[in-house]
This record gives sequence, C-alpha cells and structure tokens, in this order.
Amino acid sequence: MNTTQISLDKLPIGKKANVSALISDGAARRRMLDLGIIDGTEIKPLYKSPSGNPVAYLIRGAVIALRLDVSEKIMVSVTEEESSYGVN
Amino acid sequence: MGLTNTSTGAGVLSHCGLYIEKATLQDKVIALAGNPNVGKSTVFNALTGMNQHTGNWPGKTVVNAQGKYQYQNTNFILVDIPGTYSLMANSAEEEIARDFICFGGADAVVVVADATCLERNLNLVLQTMEITGRIVLCVNLMDEAKRKKININLTALSSKLGIPVIGTSARSGRGLNDLMDAVKELTESKPKLCPLHIKYGEKIEDAADLIESELDDVLQGQISSRWVALKLLDGDESLLHSLKTCLGFDLLKNDEIAQAVKKARLSLGEVNMPANRIRDQIVTKIVRECEDICRDTVIFGNKEYTGRDNKIDKILTSKLTGIPIMIAMLFGIFWLTIVGSNIPSNLLSTGLFSLEEPLSRFFEWLSAPDWLRGVLVDGVFRTLAWVISVMLPPMAIFFPLFTLLEDMGYLPRIAFNLDNFFRKACAHGKQSLTMCMGFGCNACGVIGCRIIDSPRERLIAILTNCFVPCNGRFPTLIAIITMFFAGALSGAFQSVISTLMLTGTIILGVAMTLLISKLLSKTILKGMPSSFHLELPPYRRPQVGKVIIRSIFDRTLFVLGRAITVAAPAGMVIWVLANIHIGDLSLLAHCAGFLDPFARFIGLDGYILMAFILGFPANEIVVPILIMSYMAAGKLTDLESLSELHTLFVNNGWTWLTAVCTILFTLLHWPCGTTFLTIKKETQSMKWALISFAIPTITGIIVCMITANTIRLLGLI
Repeated sequence: MNTTQISLDKLPIGKKANVSALISDGAARRRMLDLGIIDGTEIKPLYKSPSGNPVAYLIRGAVIALRLDVSEKIMVSVTEEESSYGVN
Repeated sequence: MGLTNTSTGAGVLSHCGLYIEKATLQDKVIALAGNPNVGKSTVFNALTGMNQHTGNWPGKTVVNAQGKYQYQNTNFILVDIPGTYSLMANSAEEEIARDFICFGGADAVVVVADATCLERNLNLVLQTMEITGRIVLCVNLMDEAKRKKININLTALSSKLGIPVIGTSARSGRGLNDLMDAVKELTESKPKLCPLHIKYGEKIEDAADLIESELDDVLQGQISSRWVALKLLDGDESLLHSLKTCLGFDLLKNDEIAQAVKKARLSLGEVNMPANRIRDQIVTKIVRECEDICRDTVIFGNKEYTGRDNKIDKILTSKLTGIPIMIAMLFGIFWLTIVGSNIPSNLLSTGLFSLEEPLSRFFEWLSAPDWLRGVLVDGVFRTLAWVISVMLPPMAIFFPLFTLLEDMGYLPRIAFNLDNFFRKACAHGKQSLTMCMGFGCNACGVIGCRIIDSPRERLIAILTNCFVPCNGRFPTLIAIITMFFAGALSGAFQSVISTLMLTGTIILGVAMTLLISKLLSKTILKGMPSSFHLELPPYRRPQVGKVIIRSIFDRTLFVLGRAITVAAPAGMVIWVLANIHIGDLSLLAHCAGFLDPFARFIGLDGYILMAFILGFPANEIVVPILIMSYMAAGKLTDLESLSELHTLFVNNGWTWLTAVCTILFTLLHWPCGTTFLTIKKETQSMKWALISFAIPTITGIIVCMITANTIRLLGLI
C-alpha cells in the first residue's frame, strides 16, 4: 500500500482521500476548520461545476463547493490500494 | 409598558443591546441557534407562527428576528440567532451569535441541528455547551434522516452530551411539543453553570488552569471562567472587545490576569505551541469529540447516502447540461408566467375598466366638480386598475414557481453553475443568489447581500442588483414584448417568442451584472475575489401547499400592497400634472418637451423618460403614467386590451425601435425609491447609494444610445 500527498484540487472525482495538512492560514484556515476539515478528515470530490471550478466535495456528510484557490491549499494523502500506477 | 431585560436580572448585562420586550417578569427568553440550512427558521416559524417581528442587531447589518409563543401559561420569547457553523467569531454573524449566547442573558439556548449531518452540527453544539449549560439540542430533519436510512439514538446522544435532546421534523410539526416541554422544564430548573469540559490536552489544560484561577474572582460565575481562559490563550480579539463592553472593564487591565496570560502563553511556547496553533488544537479536539460522539450514536444504514442527490446534481451541474437546463428552467417559468397570466389579466382589466364608466356617472350624479372626477377616476382608479390587472397575475404565478425552486434547493446549484463567471468578474459566488432574490424585489435582493461576508464583494453585489428586473418591471417588459414583437403571431408562437425575448432580456441583465462587477473590481472596488465555500444542501421535496400560501401572502400581496400604496397617490399627482395647463400645454407636456430631444437621442421620447422619472417611487407605475400622459394629449382610447394599448402607443409615434429601447431602459435604469433607501441603509453611506443610482442609469443611457443610433445609421428603421 502506497500513500502519496497531493493537493485536493488534483484528486480525481469519486476518489476518497484524507486530509494531511492545511496550508492556508488566517481566516481561510479558520473557515476550513469550521467545516470540520482537520488532519485525517475524509474528503471525496463528487462533481465539477460546468467550468470545472468550483468542485463539490463530500465533507462529513455535507456537500460543500470549494473554489480552486481553496482546494489547492488542502493537502490530502491518497492510498493506492490496487495499483501503484494511479495518480501522481 | 414592557419590562426590559435589565430589570429582570437574567442576563449579565443587557441582551447585547437588543431590545426584548417582556409582557411579564416571568417571560422566558430563548435563543435559537444552529448551522445554516438546518431548518432553523422552519422551527422558528412553526413555534411562533405569525407572532414575530424582525429588525437589525444593534449596530450591525444582520437581521434579527424575535417571536413569541405561549406554552402551558408561560410566555416564551424566541430570539433567532444568525445561522453559523461555529462560535469562533470569524464573521459578524458568528460574533453576534457568540455574544448573544454569552451575554444575552437567555434563559435557555436551543441549538437546531441537521439530523442528516449531525457530526458537523455537533461542533456548534459543543462550542455552545462550553459557554452555557442551559441548552437543549433539537435534532431537526429527522424525517429526512429516516429516508436516508440514518438512525440516530437520541437517548444515547442525550446521555453522552448530558443535555436534553429532542428529535423533530419541523416541516410537519412533529416533535415540537416535546421541544417546548424540554425548553419549559429547562427554564424552570435551577440555573446551572456546569458546561461541558472538553480535554484539550495536558499542555493547554495546564495553561488554561493558570488563567482560570485568576478569572474566578473577577467573573464571579457570570460566564464560564474556563471558557474565557481558553479564549484569552487563543488571543481572541473580538471576544476581548465584547467582554469589555459587556463587563464594563478590560480583563487584561487586571494585572494578575495579564500576568497569568503571559505566563500561560510562555509555557505553551516552550512546548512549541505558538498562539496560532492553539486554535488548531482546540478545533481539532472539538471535531474529534464530535466524531467520537457520532460513532456511538449514529448508524448509517446506507453507506452512500447522498447517492440520489449526487445523481441529480451530476445532471443539473454537468458541463454539457448544467447551464442549458438552468436557462430552460428560467424559460419554463417565464413561459408559464406569460401564458398563465394572459387570461386572468384580460379578465381583470376588462372587469376593472368596465367599472370606470359607472364610476364616472356616479360622480356626475353627485354633481361633483369635473376635476374631482378626473383626479379620482382618471388618475387614481385608472392607475390602480392597471397595476392590479397587469401585476397581480404574473406575480401570483411567478412567485410560487420561483419559491418552489427555492424550496427544492435548486438555487445554490445556480450559484454553483455560475460561480466561474463571478470569480472571473472578481465577485462573490453567492452574488447569483442575491440576484435571484432581486427577481422578486431589488430591495430584498440588496438586503439579501448580507449573506456575502466580504465587504468589497458585498458592495459589488449591492451596486449591481438592479440589473435584475424586479417584479415591478416584469409586467412592463412582458406587456411591451407582447404588444410589439409577438402580437402579430398567433397562438403558441406568440407566447414562445415573448418568452424567448424575456429570457434574452434577463440574460442581458445577468451579462451586464457580470460586466459591471468586473469594471468595479478593476476600478473603484479593486481587489481579488475572496475565498468562500458554498453549501449544496440536499434536495427537498417541496411543500407545494405551503409554498403557494407563503408566496402569495408573504410576497405577492406584500409587493402588490406596496405598489398600490405608491400607485394611488402617484396616479393623482400625474393626473394633476397632465391636466394643469400653462399656456397651451400641460405641465407634463412641458416637462416631456424639455426632455424630448435627449430622450429621442437615446431612442425613447420625452413622455417615456418622464414616466421613468415619475416612476421613481415604484417601477410598476411607469406604464400607467405613460398611458395617462398620452391620453391627456388628446387621443382617447378605451383601454381594455393590449392591442388597444398598442394602437395608443403607435399613434404616439412608437416604432419597434422605441419598444426595444424602452425594454432596455426598463432593464437598465436607476433603482426605485425603496431600493435606493435600502442601499443607503445597508451601506450606511449616501455616497454608495448615489453611485448605485448612477451606475445603472449611465449604463442604460449608453446602451440605449448605441442601440438607437446604430439601428438608425444602418437604416433599419
């Protein structure tokens, strides 16, 4: 089993991952914390908006849309169970 | 006279400056808190019914609603606290919520939580429990949770939290009696201040203990000293400020406390925990606690419980179908509005205008002076008849349809679909929601801009809200389009063309909003779009019956009532203007004559421009003014149908270009009086109100000027 660190915006739709770090700080960071996005939280990208930005994520049972500038500041660790070729 | 809170001594000081009128000393004040989108207002409405009033929180542009209900001979005053995710004071709403829970002196706090995502909602519950022990948890949307096969063990939850927990389905009214029972019992029991104690780890605990012991003497049990100690550690500036206001002194001016805080911070610094990590640690602990509690109390029967919503969303927001479906839905609503209002509109106008003759005769029979008959029948009555017959049917159809979309949860999807455009215009994604509100009434849309928390983007949304035609302008648009562009066609085609043109007009309005937002972001309101998140709540089966009743009473009749109160006196003034003559011409004709050269340059005529100016109190009366102006000019017509109106307009020199320019100017001109005053109030600045007046006006003049002169140059007319 391999784990890789990528930013949330790179996570493919439908693939679950767990938060490993929040890079943002200040108000943006607090807002993430309010939504329950902390180390280890499971996030799954559900679908994209027509233009691809923002993307809707399943976070603790709620569907939350995040713009790219927010999701690229959330690092997630992906576990690649079946193959090690997957996403980079 | 009502007793104010100060005399009851329930609170630390006052209700944070909020005026709460108690009928008797025994009245209980209940704070209603909760995350956004959890049905908090449904609970509020279900409990208080019509017995509520709204205002602003003192000094803030955040709405405050209070309502009353009586239960078992006790009066309860329910104070609706802004919906927030947390009490960490990241926004004005959270600050208000926290301050009211802390210092508002409520006899109990009811936190409403969403049963379908309880875990996240518990965050607010735990944070509230740190402040007060007098709390009831209301787990709402139990019916929805059941449908999604989410099973919540309320008894276990209650014993884990140590507070009463009541399950409700506020939409159907289920569980509300239990809730009222629990609230009553809580307010009658002895006050207890033994809030929940979350362990934040040894280091933080030790540091908090240091401060807490100093606080005990000063706070004297008014507020939980442990909680204040934690906040002092965190360096929560906004709470310090509120504490200062509510306690009347600055905690940090107390030497012992200041020393203790310093010492505690130092001790944390030694273990490598600078101030900004403290909050992370605290939030993380709370969230973990929520996870723990839910693990033992919530069972998901269905792992992928968002499955159905996910499928719907994939269709409604996909690259291929998202925006087309959105436009089709808009088209559908307009089509139903146009087709549906056609017949009732005709019936109403035939009915109302046929009363004109008998009314006139009645005045003759009274041998009333001719001017009195003129003012009342030709002025007041005719204006009212127009406003009612042309406005009521489209509103009575449009509002319920739109409210249905709102009720189903589709509006956040519009914001989701369009967000990219708004981001490119450096505006806030929620601006599309405030624009939707603007469809009903621009003043409501402007107030709705409060949901945008960054000041720059909020101002942009306020300044551009008028580019969405409100209900006062809809009928005008529909009438002109039908008369000039669809009249010649027959049957089904007629309504389709009308709808297409109306949809096009709206899309133009949206495009103008984006363009002007971008211009503002590049000039007077420079800045980058701030980050935000948008919650896409689950789709809900709309409550058709309630929606119709609510939209007819709350919106349709309200808007119509306001239009009538403005239209009646305006009709009188206009009749006077049109019938007082100086020399050969009426006052109205003089003014119109003065405006005429400029108006013609932008494709209108003097009377049309005059009608828009006189229509400042309310857009609904623009067409009636126009009718009266033309009729006073001597060309009398019976006005029982749109085709007769068409003849009247054509006899007064209207061409299709005049119609196009009038449509454009209807879309793009100054805000109505109510909206203008609302903008002034919301921005608390005359400057921004004037700018909001100038922006659409200048835009409208430029657009009409270009359109009219291009078409004339091209010789198309």
